[in-house]
Amino acid sequence: MSVRPALAHAIEVRDLTVAYEEKPVLWDLDVDVRSGALTAIIGPNGAGKSTLLKAILGLVPRVAGSVSIFGKPLSEDRGKVGYVPQRSSVDWDFPADALDVVLMGMYGRLGWLRRPGRTEREKALECLEEVGMRELAQRQIGRLSGGQQQRVFLARALAQDARLYMMDEPFAGVDAVTEQAVVETLRKLRDRGKTVVVVHHDLGSAPEYFDEAILLNVRLVASGPIDEVFTPENLHKTYGAGARFLVAP
Amino acid sequence: MTWTEVFTDYTLRNVALGSAILGVVSGVLGTFAVLRRQGLAGDALAHAALPGICLAYLATGSKAAPVLMLGAALAGWVGMVILIGFLRRTRVDPGSALAIVLTTFFGFGVVLLTVVQKRPDAGQAGLDKFLFGQAAALVQDQVVLMAGLSVVVLVLIAALFKEFKVFVFDVDYARTLGLPTGRLGALLTALLVIAIVIGLNTVGVVLMSAMLVAPAAAARQWTESLGRMILLAAGFGATAGIFGALWSVSQDHTPTGPAIVLILSLLVVVSLLFGSSRGWVWERVRRHRQSGVGA
Repeated sequence: MSVRPALAHAIEVRDLTVAYEEKPVLWDLDVDVRSGALTAIIGPNGAGKSTLLKAILGLVPRVAGSVSIFGKPLSEDRGKVGYVPQRSSVDWDFPADALDVVLMGMYGRLGWLRRPGRTEREKALECLEEVGMRELAQRQIGRLSGGQQQRVFLARALAQDARLYMMDEPFAGVDAVTEQAVVETLRKLRDRGKTVVVVHHDLGSAPEYFDEAILLNVRLVASGPIDEVFTPENLHKTYGAGARFLVAP
Repeated sequence: MTWTEVFTDYTLRNVALGSAILGVVSGVLGTFAVLRRQGLAGDALAHAALPGICLAYLATGSKAAPVLMLGAALAGWVGMVILIGFLRRTRVDPGSALAIVLTTFFGFGVVLLTVVQKRPDAGQAGLDKFLFGQAAALVQDQVVLMAGLSVVVLVLIAALFKEFKVFVFDVDYARTLGLPTGRLGALLTALLVIAIVIGLNTVGVVLMSAMLVAPAAAARQWTESLGRMILLAAGFGATAGIFGALWSVSQDHTPTGPAIVLILSLLVVVSLLFGSSRGWVWERVRRHRQSGVGA
């Protein structure tokens, strides 16, 4: 194995432990994410997939360990990571249309006191166009379908123009059109040299969509190029005996 | 009472101005409270202000507006801190925790009111008007203080509008943008306390939460934009404030709080029925049209 230069890692996680009310959710995790690749975090329910994403983003407190992003602690790089939360994490009844939500992607760059203007609106509309949502820009977000809401979140991340994207279950409960839009967006981001980490629960589609995988079940099972990582033994370790029913032979 | 007297008569002018200021500020802050699902927290904060008013009077012997308002704000803040502590350290559910804090502070406040009224030096201290509000008792100093506080509140909301918007909609995302979400939340709560303090003379502690929740709930029926919702809520709040206060002043001894609340309720009912965005009538029309197209 060749030794990669330090910058080849977009994320480096060392000895990470996270607990909710003293119950460990992630245990002593060491994992690297390759820069410029599409990486899936895969594991059963309760494996700590979303928690890993949130711990990397600094959204949940760590019991121990460290996280660095492009060689720096997260606090120095705030606003440079594009986060796509789970759709169910917000109240879609909020008084806003799709364009309002996409504009939020540019709030960090605008800084204090400045309001989004024409430039930002045009950029936001372009991002909506990229996910096939331009005609629905003025629609209240609660009147959008689940897949359309997911695409609004994607457009918001695109508008942020980050180097690293972290997405929590963007494929969960979406229609075929949206699934396609998500996949195209992931590839587009990779072509632009971005690093993307996605929490994913569908073993079947993972090898097609992603370059790398992190197999997780509280502890790290395996990580690396997805073809090397997806062995029957690793999947068995991650999912237990049920794993053989999850992947087509 | 004729309309021009509102501009010339000392009492009526104070009453109208004070209630308008209160309506605008509570409409604006109430919008954020409702969207954060903190309408009941506003109720608890308002009730918690009563012992603060009494203690401020007992400690200083002064009934000056700044003294009583400061006492109210401090007590409201203590109530909030206790409430948050309750939610973090116990398994009591939020609704019950709110009920416990609200009733405890209010009960304590009523006991203190009796103590105040029994004091020989106090005579009739008149602090009981803070229960249901007595807009007629507003004096110019109070109105000036209310106006000053409301300018601070409105300037902060306007300056931090986009930060508050993303904070309320999606707090985790706001944090990943690098926003100090803890401080934004504390600031919004502090502004809510100021709004409540502004309303103490006019509406009183018992019904103050209606002043926060009702204008926002009515405004939501007419628009899908946060900016417009805030402006509408401010307008509804001011309308109900002014008319309720004038009604209470023109009818001897009608407490102002209940008068304002009745007008607010009317605005809410009309909005729920006819609101252009989510009103019941338009929702029916929309559904009827859709099924018509489908058939």
